[in-house]
Amino acid sequence: MQIFSISDVTSYIKHVLDRDRTLNSIYVRGEISNFKRHYSGHCYFTLKDSDATIKVVMFRSRSQLLKYAPRDGMKVVVGGKITVFERDGQYQLYADHMVPEGVGELSLAYEQLKEKLAAEGLFDELHKKPLPFMPRAVGIITSPTGAAIRDIITVAKRRHPGISLVLFPVQVQGIEAPGQIADAIRAFNDYGQVDVMIVGRGGGSLEELWAFNDEKVVRAIAASTIPVVSAIGHETDFTLSDFVADRRSATPSQAAEIVVPDIYELGRYIRTLQDLIATHMQAIVKDKRQMVLQYRQSAALQRPMDLLTDKQQQVDSFLQRLCQVMEQQITAKQHNFSIQAEKLAMLNPLAVLARGYSITRTKDGQIVSDSSQILNDQEIEIFLAKGALCARVCSTKEA
Amino acid sequence: MAMADKINHTNGNNDVCFEEALGKLELIVKLLEKGELKLEDSLDKFAQGVALSQICLAKLTVAEKKIDKILQKEQGIFVEKPLLFTEENS
Repeated sequence: MQIFSISDVTSYIKHVLDRDRTLNSIYVRGEISNFKRHYSGHCYFTLKDSDATIKVVMFRSRSQLLKYAPRDGMKVVVGGKITVFERDGQYQLYADHMVPEGVGELSLAYEQLKEKLAAEGLFDELHKKPLPFMPRAVGIITSPTGAAIRDIITVAKRRHPGISLVLFPVQVQGIEAPGQIADAIRAFNDYGQVDVMIVGRGGGSLEELWAFNDEKVVRAIAASTIPVVSAIGHETDFTLSDFVADRRSATPSQAAEIVVPDIYELGRYIRTLQDLIATHMQAIVKDKRQMVLQYRQSAALQRPMDLLTDKQQQVDSFLQRLCQVMEQQITAKQHNFSIQAEKLAMLNPLAVLARGYSITRTKDGQIVSDSSQILNDQEIEIFLAKGALCARVCSTKEA
Repeated sequence: MAMADKINHTNGNNDVCFEEALGKLELIVKLLEKGELKLEDSLDKFAQGVALSQICLAKLTVAEKKIDKILQKEQGIFVEKPLLFTEENS
């Protein structure tokens, strides 16, 4: 009886398994459980179905190629080889690839990233920046050789021949594409001379559009202070870049239409406005004229004589009353006057003069009642009952 | 009237941007359409509107053809080259 060491028997078992062609390259279907990603990047989990389980190892070199994050409960098909881990005496499936079952790998990765970024709020409307109405210059991030750049240039120049376009050439597919696109977005933000950016490419399969679902690209668009219009040609699904962009368009041509104003159309619009203000102005003038005409047809302006005769009658009646009042007043005054006149007659100095008295006045009209008022040789007037005398004083005597 | 105030300070100065001038022009159209202004004010706004529309049209006329560029970043420095293959069938 031969006795083996543990190492020998394990090594023998491994040898047997490794020789087996089926186990060397095998695909196993099952559900992931107990998934652990070690800090080294290696992944350890169990694959199970209703009756059995198998341990699976996926080394970092392989797991980093996965576009999605494996999770417990996910149904997958794992490809690799089954061999023995000698230290633990355990057979394991060493996975080279792993694809989700039911959905494609890319769509799974897409859904996962979409969910994550949506939870961060990257797609929220409140982050959307308004596009400039009349950009000074438009930045374009796409392939320098594709149809996209030609379409954008054609449409942009047709709408606005003077628009300034700046192309930042990038690869739009392949492993380099996401990094280049993200760098280009940041570069335009540093450059600072474009008011809006178009990021995109012509149509393609999900794989060909994959760069626009890359987290780096999506985050670069989200971080851009310059508004971004996505221009990724696709028939059905949107890319994550479309969700995060400030505006999305279905094709590069459409992006150019959104970003570049049609100056000919604007010109027509402004001429319409010119016509409108002229029309409104005419209407206003017509309106005011109509008002003037209406006033002119009013009774006052039509038969002004009526107004005049009315007023004349009024004036006449006032005049009449005035005359009456005046007459009464005059009669009253006359009566009063004759009474006063009688009184006055009694005081009349002429009556005194008639009795031989006289009134003496100086030349400047002062009545002389005191001889000291008068100097020698002064001229005086003496009023008599009839006539007056001009006299020169020889001498004065004091009283 | 607030709408009138907003456009009061534009007597055809040419340094307004297109969008601003267009906005003011549209406002004047609305004001005149309402027809609530005094005749003199209407005429004033009308004159402003004509001036603004001319500014707008002038801004649309393409004085020079801008040269399109290819931008590249080489060692952190922006390098601009003319973008040449444009006009074939536009």
